Amino acid sequence: MRALLHVIVRDLRLALRRPADIVSTLFFFVIVASLFPLGVGPDPALLRQLAPGVLWVGALLATMLSLPRLFADDFRDGTLEQMALSPNPLGLAVLGKVVAHWLYSGLPLAVLAPVLGLQFDLSTGALGVLTFSILLGTPALSGIGAIGAGLTLGLRGGGVLLSLLVLPLYIPVLIFGAGAVDAVAGGLEPQTHLALLTALSVGGVAFAPWIAALALKLALE
Amino acid sequence: MNWFKYSAPAAFYPLAGRLIPWFWRLAFVFAAAGLYIGLVAAPVDFQQGEAYRIIFIHVGAAWMSMFIYLVMAFWGGMGLAFNTRLSGMMAQALAPTGTMFAFLSLWTGAFWGKPMWGTWWLWSDARLMSSLILLFLYIGFLALTHAIDDKRRADRAGAILLLVGVVNIPVIYFSVQWWNTLHQGASVSVKGSSMAVIMLWGMLLVALAMWMYTIAVALTRARIIILEREWRADWVQTLSNPESAGGTAGN
Amino acid sequence: MMHWSSFSEFLAMGGKGFYVWGAFGVTALCLVLEPFFLARRRRATLARLARRLRAEAKTGDRP
Repeated sequence: MRALLHVIVRDLRLALRRPADIVSTLFFFVIVASLFPLGVGPDPALLRQLAPGVLWVGALLATMLSLPRLFADDFRDGTLEQMALSPNPLGLAVLGKVVAHWLYSGLPLAVLAPVLGLQFDLSTGALGVLTFSILLGTPALSGIGAIGAGLTLGLRGGGVLLSLLVLPLYIPVLIFGAGAVDAVAGGLEPQTHLALLTALSVGGVAFAPWIAALALKLALE
Repeated sequence: MNWFKYSAPAAFYPLAGRLIPWFWRLAFVFAAAGLYIGLVAAPVDFQQGEAYRIIFIHVGAAWMSMFIYLVMAFWGGMGLAFNTRLSGMMAQALAPTGTMFAFLSLWTGAFWGKPMWGTWWLWSDARLMSSLILLFLYIGFLALTHAIDDKRRADRAGAILLLVGVVNIPVIYFSVQWWNTLHQGASVSVKGSSMAVIMLWGMLLVALAMWMYTIAVALTRARIIILEREWRADWVQTLSNPESAGGTAGN
Repeated sequence: MMHWSSFSEFLAMGGKGFYVWGAFGVTALCLVLEPFFLARRRRATLARLARRLRAEAKTGDRP
C-alpha cells in the first residue's frame, strides 16, 4: 500500500513538474470538440445529437495522446527496471502509474467536459451525466491504455501503433459512455450504462496493470 | 502418439509437409460439393430471392474469422504458459488468413445486405460491429508483431494482445447489443429457421472447405516461418543443402 | 438436381448477379491469391536460404 502510494505521488509530482504536457492534452480535447460545430454547422438540434459521441471520442483521443509517455521516461532513465527488480510486484507499480495517469488526464477531462458540452447546447441533466460518465469511464481507458503502452514501449512508430492497438479495445467504453448521455437526452434512465461503465473501469483497473506488467517485462528483457 | 514431439519445429516441419496435400484435397472436395449445392442444386429462397446464395460463403467466412482468432489466442496462451517456439509461429501463420476471412465476412455481408436490407452497412447491428472490431484486432496483432524485431518478444507481445482481445470480444458483442436494445430495438437478425436441410448442408460443406483451406495455408506459412527463423539449425541445413534447395526442403 | 434451366439464367441470378458474383468473385480471388503469394514467398525463402548456406560454405563453414 505504501509502495502504491509512493508511485502515485511520484508520478503526479513528475507530471506537475511539466504542466505543459497536461495542458496541451486538454487543449487538444477542446480543439477537437470545437472543430465539430465548425465542420457540421451551427444547427443546435444537430449539435445536441452529436455531442455525446463527439465529446467521448475527443476524450478517448486525448487520453491516448498522453499514453506513450506513461512508461517511456521511466524506461529511458532505468527507473522501470528498478521497479521490476524491487521486491514489490511490478503490477503494483503499474497500478500506481495508472491511478496517477487517471488523476492527471481523466479527471481534468471530466472537469472540462461540461464546459465543452455547453458549446453543444446540452441540457443540464445531460451535462451532469456526461461529466459523471467520463469520470466513471476514464479509469478503464487508463488501464487498457497501460497495456497498449507496455506492448509498444521502445518500438519505432510506437505512437501510431499504440492507437491501432488501443482504440478497438476502447470501443465498449465509448459505447456505454456515449450511451449514458444519449439515454438522458432521450428521456431514459442512464443507470444501466453507468453501472456497466463502472464495471469496465473496476475490471480495467484491477486486471489491466498486471497484464501491462507482463508486457513491460518483455520490453525490459 | 506423442504430440509433444511435434511441437519441436524439426519434427513439425516434415509432418506438416506430408499433411498439406491432404488438406488441399479435402478442401477441393468439400468446396466442389458445397458450391454445387449452394449455387446449382439449392432452390431459390422464396422470401429472399437468389441473392440469398451469398449466405453460403458468408457464414463460412464469418465462422472462420472468429474460429481462427480463438485458435490464435489458444496458441498465444500456450506460448506464454509453456514457452514453446512453435506456438508463436502458429499464431503468426494463422493471422493473415484470419484477417482475410474477417475482411471476407464483412465484404460478403455487405453484398448480402445491399439487396436484402437495401444498405451495404448498418452501424446499428451488433454482429456487424463486432465483425469490424475483429478485423481491427487482427490488424493490430499483425502491426504489433511486425513492428518488433526480436521474434521472441514479438510472439509474446502478440500473445498478450490476442488474449486481451479474446476478453474483449464478448464485451464488444454485448455492449453493442445493449446499446441497441435501449435505442431502436434489434433491426435485423440473420436467422435460418426456414432453411431447408439441403441449404444447411451447403453451408456446412463450404465452411468445412474453408477450414481445410485454412489448415493447408497455415501449415504452409508455418513451414516458411520455421525456415526463416531457424535456418541456422542443423536440421534445416541438412534439409536444404545448397545443391537441391527446392528439392529436399519441398518434401 | 438442377435449379437452373440455362447458363445465362445461372449468371443472372434472378437479377441479383452483381451481388452474388461480387461476393463469390472476391472470395474466390482472395482464396486464390493467398496460396499464390504464399508459394512465391516459399520459393524466395528457399532461394535465400540456399544463397546463405552457399556463402557460408565458401567462407569456411563457420558455425
